[in-house]
Amino acid sequence: MPVLTPDAALSLGATWSQVRQSAHERATAASFPTTDEEIWRYSRIGELDLATFTVAETPTSIAGLSDAVTVTQVSASAVAVDPAFADLFSETTSSDLFNSLNLAHMDVIVISVARGVVASEPIIVTHTLNGEGNIYFPRLVIDAAENSEVTVVERFISNDGVRSLVVPVLDARAAQSARVRYLAINELGDKTWQIGEHHSQGHRDSDTLLATVALGGDYARVSTAARLLGQGSNTRQVALYFAGGTQMHDFRTLQEHAAPRTTSDLLFKGAVQDTAKSVYTGLIKIHNNAKGSVAYQTNRNLTLSHGAWAESVPNLEIETNDVKCSHASTVGPIDEDQLFYLESRGVNPDVAQRLVVLGFFDEVLAQLPVGNLAASLRQQVANKLSIGVGA
Amino acid sequence: MSTLEIRDLHASVGNKKILHGVNLKISSGEVHAVMGPNGAGKSTLSAVVLGRKGYSISSGSVLLDGVEMLGLPTWQRAVAGLHLVLQYPTEVPGVKLNDVLSEALKGRGRDGDIARLDTLLKTEAARIHFDEKFLDRPLNVDLSGGEKKRNETLQLSILKPLFVILDELDSGLDVDALRDCARRVMDATSEDNLGALVITHYSRLLTELRPSKIHILVKGRIVETGGPELADVLERDGYAAFTPEETVEEASMSDPMGLNLYP
Repeated sequence: MPVLTPDAALSLGATWSQVRQSAHERATAASFPTTDEEIWRYSRIGELDLATFTVAETPTSIAGLSDAVTVTQVSASAVAVDPAFADLFSETTSSDLFNSLNLAHMDVIVISVARGVVASEPIIVTHTLNGEGNIYFPRLVIDAAENSEVTVVERFISNDGVRSLVVPVLDARAAQSARVRYLAINELGDKTWQIGEHHSQGHRDSDTLLATVALGGDYARVSTAARLLGQGSNTRQVALYFAGGTQMHDFRTLQEHAAPRTTSDLLFKGAVQDTAKSVYTGLIKIHNNAKGSVAYQTNRNLTLSHGAWAESVPNLEIETNDVKCSHASTVGPIDEDQLFYLESRGVNPDVAQRLVVLGFFDEVLAQLPVGNLAASLRQQVANKLSIGVGA
Repeated sequence: MSTLEIRDLHASVGNKKILHGVNLKISSGEVHAVMGPNGAGKSTLSAVVLGRKGYSISSGSVLLDGVEMLGLPTWQRAVAGLHLVLQYPTEVPGVKLNDVLSEALKGRGRDGDIARLDTLLKTEAARIHFDEKFLDRPLNVDLSGGEKKRNETLQLSILKPLFVILDELDSGLDVDALRDCARRVMDATSEDNLGALVITHYSRLLTELRPSKIHILVKGRIVETGGPELADVLERDGYAAFTPEETVEEASMSDPMGLNLYP
């Protein structure tokens, strides 16, 4: 496997489409980000040396397949590919380094749902990223045709101690009246890095949900951008993140309204313990043609230890008056009144704190698209909570 | 037979002294009322007895059957048998009533009640007309004032403390809910020998919760203790009759810096 230098990137995989070739060129031209850029502020990007990683094919398994969906997998090493396939990426011209690297090296999974089809069973895509020193570039495209419905869960798993890097991209497209629900679950080990992006495009009257549960990783970043392109479209973004030890979770969100009467709702709830860190910066952007739109943005953070740190920066950029927007953001310890209330019933303080933290996350767990995953995720949060352990 | 005795209790919030030596003793099965105007220190008294943070206690005792409660953490006081029904019950998002009660009963070693908690909850909910659909709600979230107090009363009836302090039970609820809650408390005084300290500034609550003794708390002291007839005096004359004339002088004497601690 070649080391990932710009030259090596150019020499790789450009065999199956011009898409990849031009992505290589953009990746080569892109400068490496620094924390001077607002979008990388607070991040740990300065610690990353791409040359220490080797590109590897993403080990992926897929469950929940049915006749309702068409799943196409094309790995980076594929030689011959249907030319129509390349058209899926013709509009992908991001100059972002990581997006371009992903496009250049991607192992693609395309999940398509035909017009009017409802895929009732969730599709579970699992990436197991245990190659020491490997860098993985999975790209998941969800292509929901008019009035179709699909739910996809993408799990990222690695063992503790494995130094790997995953640069995933999600590209979710909801055609008119389509319903797309997506959940990313980060269960990465304590030495794995993630620099990921979620994009959704909602056309007229469509409904998209981008959900994230982040528990693992050393430095794990997700930029999530929901774009409302057709009038009457609706999107929700929710996240639960919980960092401990020396972990850092880093979220950059965008709710972009580019059509009239569009609605967006964002709820990100995080907790940090030990000396962990988290960052949330979010933007609601409403274009001047998006009259009658409604956008909500809420970020709440619990700091569970004195050494833990959370940053929350909500922003609004609104070009028309005829909108309803709100944003709320909090960072702080567990509410003393809530603890007193539980303790005054005779619940010991450790248990009371655990109940309050788990309750805090329930609002997000209740909105996850696959209800029966919520219980096991709640248990993972409970297992991770260091409050009251050994008490 | 248990007793709860508050002895010469002095407490402050920040630099402001609120309680100036409160004395009070109540036994199992009794209902006592503590009445006083706004700012008398009624809520401070309930907070201090349960050990809420933010109060400093300069002297005094809170004795449950002779055992000092001051210095114990709140949850241990609750396990020992003290309970507080809050004036404004706190909303705790995502935390379910039966999870809290399970943990609370676990702390009391009442495994049998944990096993039959669902049945207990339904039975007790029916007694106070608390809709079963609220049993699955996160604590106090999206409940009306009346439902919050029913929820508080429900917890009281399941936890069965030795003594309860009802802090302004009549705040924010309608007549029907007040009657349901008050009657359940009165029932507990006879069925479970519960002792109830009723904190209120309106005598109307006492038509439902019938105290044998009334303590009048003014400016951090019990200035009068008497039978139920005291409530009638209050109803007629207000608290003015119980406000010591010399309070202003007294305050300035105990406060040589000239700070107005009792505005």
